[in-house]
Amino acid sequence: MSEPAQALASGSLAGCHDCALVVRLPAGQTHVAARCPRCGAKVHRRKVDSLARTWALVITAAMLYLPANIYPVMTVTSLGKSQSDTIMSGAIYLLQHGMWPLALVVFVASVLVPLLKLVALSGLLISVQRGSSWRPLDRTRLYRMTEVVGPWSMVDIYVVTILVALVSLGQLASIEAGLGAVFFGGVVVVTLLAAESFDPRLIWDRAEASHARR
Amino acid sequence: MSARELILCHDCDLLNRVAEVPSGGSARCPRCGGLLDRRVPNSIDRTLALVLAGLVLFLVANAFPFLAMKMQGQVTHTTLASGVRALYAHDERFVGSLVLFTTIVAPLLQLLLLLSILSPLKFGQRVPGMIPMFRLLKRIESWSMMEVFLIGILVSLVKLADMAQIVPGIAIWSFALLIPVLVAAKASLDSHLVWERIGRRV
Repeated sequence: MSEPAQALASGSLAGCHDCALVVRLPAGQTHVAARCPRCGAKVHRRKVDSLARTWALVITAAMLYLPANIYPVMTVTSLGKSQSDTIMSGAIYLLQHGMWPLALVVFVASVLVPLLKLVALSGLLISVQRGSSWRPLDRTRLYRMTEVVGPWSMVDIYVVTILVALVSLGQLASIEAGLGAVFFGGVVVVTLLAAESFDPRLIWDRAEASHARR
Repeated sequence: MSARELILCHDCDLLNRVAEVPSGGSARCPRCGGLLDRRVPNSIDRTLALVLAGLVLFLVANAFPFLAMKMQGQVTHTTLASGVRALYAHDERFVGSLVLFTTIVAPLLQLLLLLSILSPLKFGQRVPGMIPMFRLLKRIESWSMMEVFLIGILVSLVKLADMAQIVPGIAIWSFALLIPVLVAAKASLDSHLVWERIGRRV
């Protein structure tokens, strides 16, 4: 075993979260936060309380997801008639007008992406907690995907913003943002934070440990 | 031993001994495929050029309306800021702040931070506050969502098409150009190089 590999096995090396410098942690003082000599950030071997924080955010997002889809994201009042749109009915509206590529974008970005992100993160959390050594490479790829797709759920929030701005000044029609938009914004923010707080290195810790036992 | 030679993979914590990466090349983790190191030729010059272009486009994108709507002889224009103002006027503070942050504050801060870190580095200077500025840049990068906003404009165009006549404004074109410029600026930035230049010598 080469010298750096030995050091890694003994758990004394850590990568700085901010500047990626490899830092040698002082032996025996695991509870004392070491500082990165290059950028001054606190150095931890893993993100702090990653599992508990990610679970808390995933559960919060799941609770926000239901009202986000049930309440209307906007209400259009035109010539005395008012019509409320949820995220789903907004996508259906686009489909009925023959704009199926855009309908697909809205459906995938607003309905599927947050749901799949929550399912994927829960799956990753459970697999890490059960000490699974199942396909760590694929699980890491799944995690990378949850990080990339997150912002796309903002599409509907932006659409509401643009419509409210354009139509609110008109006398014959007005558009109001609905309660659904608030919950939906919450879902986007909380799922982004959840993906950020998960530490993919935990996947490999367990995979390595069970490999060593064999 | 230089800091570049020994790299812990960001995604799986495998310790890698990386030989000098050639200019324009990158090193990936053999176990999980995560990016370990990447060298961009003339990274600082290239990123600075893109940042300057980005700032001009950002200015145009915000100064001019991106959509105008004609309805019953009435014309309404909208800019990014007027969209946020309308939300605040409707008491939608949370949604308004979210839009303000992700489409105006985060992209602008991203460009300004890059400008103020890279321009001293270009002349071999270090100024106080570079480390916290670069840290902040890394934190806000994932909150800049201009590209998603462009899709939002497209969806709005379709939704309003049978209600009124819609005229795309100049700003829509600068949005369309700003997005690849921001992506290219992010891709041409060599973070390892910047940390080596701004950090304390180790």
